[in-house]
Amino acid sequence: MEHHVREEQGYHIVTLTGEIDLETSPQARQILLETVAQSTKLLIDMATVTYIDSSGIATLVEAFQRAKKKGGQVAFICLNHAVVRVLTLARLDKVFTIHADIESAMHAEP
Amino acid sequence: MSQQMHLPHESVILEHQFPARAKEFGHTRAMTRMVLNNHGWRSDKVEDIVLAIDEACQNIIRHAYQGECDNPITLRIEREGDALVVVLEDQAPAVSPDCMNPRALDDIRPGGLGCHFIRQVMDTVSIGPSPTGQGNILRMVKSMH
Repeated sequence: MEHHVREEQGYHIVTLTGEIDLETSPQARQILLETVAQSTKLLIDMATVTYIDSSGIATLVEAFQRAKKKGGQVAFICLNHAVVRVLTLARLDKVFTIHADIESAMHAEP
Repeated sequence: MSQQMHLPHESVILEHQFPARAKEFGHTRAMTRMVLNNHGWRSDKVEDIVLAIDEACQNIIRHAYQGECDNPITLRIEREGDALVVVLEDQAPAVSPDCMNPRALDDIRPGGLGCHFIRQVMDTVSIGPSPTGQGNILRMVKSMH
């Protein structure tokens, strides 16, 4: 898994790439929680994530809950069918705000 | 421990043994995808089976071996009629079948989703002690249709 963090138009954007599994989710957790700590508007860009398992989902839930607890906004960018499938199995498609791309996420109502 | 990969007798389409370590999972997923794709399985079903195997291996590490170790996990995938049978064996002390019970999803919190995913994507799931007297055998079945 690779990652990249940048700031754009008041958003912190964390881009994750590759597979988020038991081996890589601790790295994803560290990046996301560090970014949540310094951000009130967070986009988690998973457009190029090709696989996620329950350990990766747990990481997303933890980051989401930490962001919400401090009154922040958090949204997700998801494209890969396998990733969307796992979010749906966890019923997080009804909890997370999910967009098709960063542009639409930035212009969406909070 | 070195990895072993076999392509043995007719109904068995993959047999793979690997140490109970998370770093082995990526290779196991890639190999499973390749073999199932080559056998003509639809990609969405392949991804479901890959997810179930991955989650089951995590459970073996967490609940059977109580952590990562060099003890083996053996994955075997067989064709049985129009279904695929996935068998995962470990050499850990016997675990309670209750370890395969999913938690309620109403409570949004991190963790505990692996068994839910397995039950959702596979048609039948059963776990029991190995007939050799050492280890556990998890059997998961998914229909091709």
